[in-house]
Formats: sequence, structure tokens, C-alpha cells
Amino acid sequence: MNDTKGSPLAIPIWALCALSCIVTYFPSAAFAHVEPGQGTGFFTGLQHPWSGLDHVLAMIAVGLWGAQLGNPAIWVLPVIFPMVMSMGAMMGLLGIPLPGIEIGIAVSAVILGIMVVGEVRPKMIIAAIIVGFFAIFHGHAHGTELPAGQSGLLYSMGFVIATGCLHGIGISLGLIHRWPAGRLALRGAGAFIALMGVTFLWRQLV
Amino acid sequence: MLPMLGFLVTSLGNASLANAHLVTTGMGPVYDGIGHFLLTPEDLVPVLALALYAGLRGTASGRTAMLLLPLAWFVGGIAGMMTGIESSPWITGISFLVIGSLVAADLYLPSLAVAILIFIVGSVHGYLNGALLKDGPGNLGLLGIMAVIFVAGTLTSATVVSIRMPWARVAVRVAGSWVCASGLLMLGWLAK
Repeated sequence: MNDTKGSPLAIPIWALCALSCIVTYFPSAAFAHVEPGQGTGFFTGLQHPWSGLDHVLAMIAVGLWGAQLGNPAIWVLPVIFPMVMSMGAMMGLLGIPLPGIEIGIAVSAVILGIMVVGEVRPKMIIAAIIVGFFAIFHGHAHGTELPAGQSGLLYSMGFVIATGCLHGIGISLGLIHRWPAGRLALRGAGAFIALMGVTFLWRQLV
Repeated sequence: MLPMLGFLVTSLGNASLANAHLVTTGMGPVYDGIGHFLLTPEDLVPVLALALYAGLRGTASGRTAMLLLPLAWFVGGIAGMMTGIESSPWITGISFLVIGSLVAADLYLPSLAVAILIFIVGSVHGYLNGALLKDGPGNLGLLGIMAVIFVAGTLTSATVVSIRMPWARVAVRVAGSWVCASGLLMLGWLAK
């Protein structure tokens, strides 16, 4: 999977994954004959998950943790997060209240960061529950913010794709755990995410 | 040499209008249909997701999708042109949700059930397409859509059927989860 021997042009798979996620996130805009609001709806959705550092760090942390846990968590967790996040968004759109959304988002960065630091390996179902639980908060916060006049479908697609790409970036970076130095770097990244989560939580509580 | 030269001179002297840039003539109704399908994610995404699912189910389902989906779309399209009911975003959202879930879960369904699903999705979306195309490209547009569905569906199913690496199958399921999540979000917007 990561055979770079024998060819000077061989690129490690993790670099390809990270590159494709980044390239997907920054496409050139054709805007050919689109109806008003369609293209901007997609790009609004694409940009929205990046609107808060707390969201970005939590989503990358899911990818990092999945990469640490290995198969099947490496793909199950990034599948669960967008789907449950969409359910959280539905809850927000239907007016179902959820207390402490921003606190929940901050705590998600703390907990997921701690999972990465500690290389915690719970059972698959427990990991899925943790990720799914926090995904509800993220979805509830984001789902209601479609600007007027833009396409709901394209916004949704852009939003989900951007979320998936953030997970993909986390997974691609997490593949470095195969090396001892990489494992250390990952734990450092987890510590950073957890610390940032504490900062966000502090700001919410004070 | 001389006959060749004579031919060239004659051809150039009798050149007809090129009608380049097609500003006034357009590409024709068939290409209008093709363009409509390719630029309409409400139709394109369910077709691709259904082709992914058919591919995950194996060669037999892939072959069924290859032929049945464009046919069902055409039949639905003709019916839509006759009755002309407006498109419903709820149907799009439900399509995304159901088909995306099937792909994400890689859920086993018997071949007959897959065929029925393909027919239902194709005919419903084709029906809504037909209503839209009635005053535009018409039957020829529908033929164009059939053709591009055949090509896109076949290529997608064939790619999935030929997958050997486990991670590639996982990538297909991840794509399905994205489609499902988009559908959920969209249904939420509609319910708001």
C-alpha cells in the first residue's frame, strides 16, 4: 500500500490521500450557466465546516483517531460522523432544542484530543457512540445556517463533502502512526487539539 | 497531386456556413437532454449512487442496472410528458437518503429486489424529468438522458464490480454515506 521503492516518482499513499482531500476542497470555479444561487450554495456549504476552528479540529481528530484505531474504525468513524451530524442538523432545523451546543462542541475537541493523546482503544461500538454523540452537536450548530436564496441540496452536498475531506485529512495525517516518530507526532497533535478544546470551553464558560 | 489540389479548391470554394459557437442554433435537443442531466445533481447523484449499489451487488445487478435504469427513465419520462406534474424536492431527498443508505451499509438485497428498486427510482425520476422536458427538448432530450444514464451507469457499475482492493469498496461505502447525509440534510431543510 505504501511501497515507494523502485520508482523515483512513487508518492506515498498518505500523501496522495491528503493531497486529493486538499485539491477537492479548493476546486477552480467554472460557474457555467448555473442558476442564481446554485454554485454559491455549494461553495457556501463547502466553506462552512471551516467556519470554526473548534469544528475543524474535532473533525480532524476523528480522522486521526480512526487512523490510530485502524481497520474498521478508520472508515467507520468518518462515515458515522457526517451521517449523525446530518441528524443533528435535522434536529436543529425541526426546532428540537439541544442544550449547551457550543459547550458540547468544545468538549468534543477535548475528548477526541484525549483519545488521540492516550491512543485509547475502546471497543468499536464505544468509539462509534462517542463520535456519534458529538456529531449531533456539530450538526445542530451548522445545519440551520443556509443563507437565503441558495440551494439547500447543493449546500448540503458541499457541507458533507467538506466534512468528509476534513476527516480524510485527519486519516491521511494519521497514517504516519506506522513510524515511532509519527506516533509521537500524532499524540502531540492530539494534545494540541485537547488543549484548544479546553481553550474553547473556557471561553464558553467564562 | 493535381486531382487532390482540384478537390481542395472545390471544397473550399463551396464551403457552407460553419455555425460555430452555436449561439443561435444550440447543440440540439439530444445534447440539451444530456446537458440537463449532467448539470442536475438531483438526477445525477441518485443515478450514480444506484449504479454504485448495483455494482456492489455484483455483475448480475450491474447488468440489470445498465439496461433497466435508462429504460425505466424513458418510460417514466414519457408518462411525465403526458401528465406534467412538477418536480418535488422531497423525492430527491428521499432518493438520496434511501440509495445512499443502501450503499453505505452495503446491504444485501436479492437480485429481484435490486431490479425493482432500479425500476422505481428510474421511473420516478424519469417521470419528473419528463414533466420538465415537455416544453423544451422533448422526446429527443429524453433520449439524450437515456444515453448518458446508460453510459454513466455502466461505467460506474463496471468500475465497482471490478474492484479487488478492500479499501476501494470502503471508499464506495463512504461515498454512499455522503449521499445519505446530504439527503438527510436536505429533508431537514424541507421540513423546516
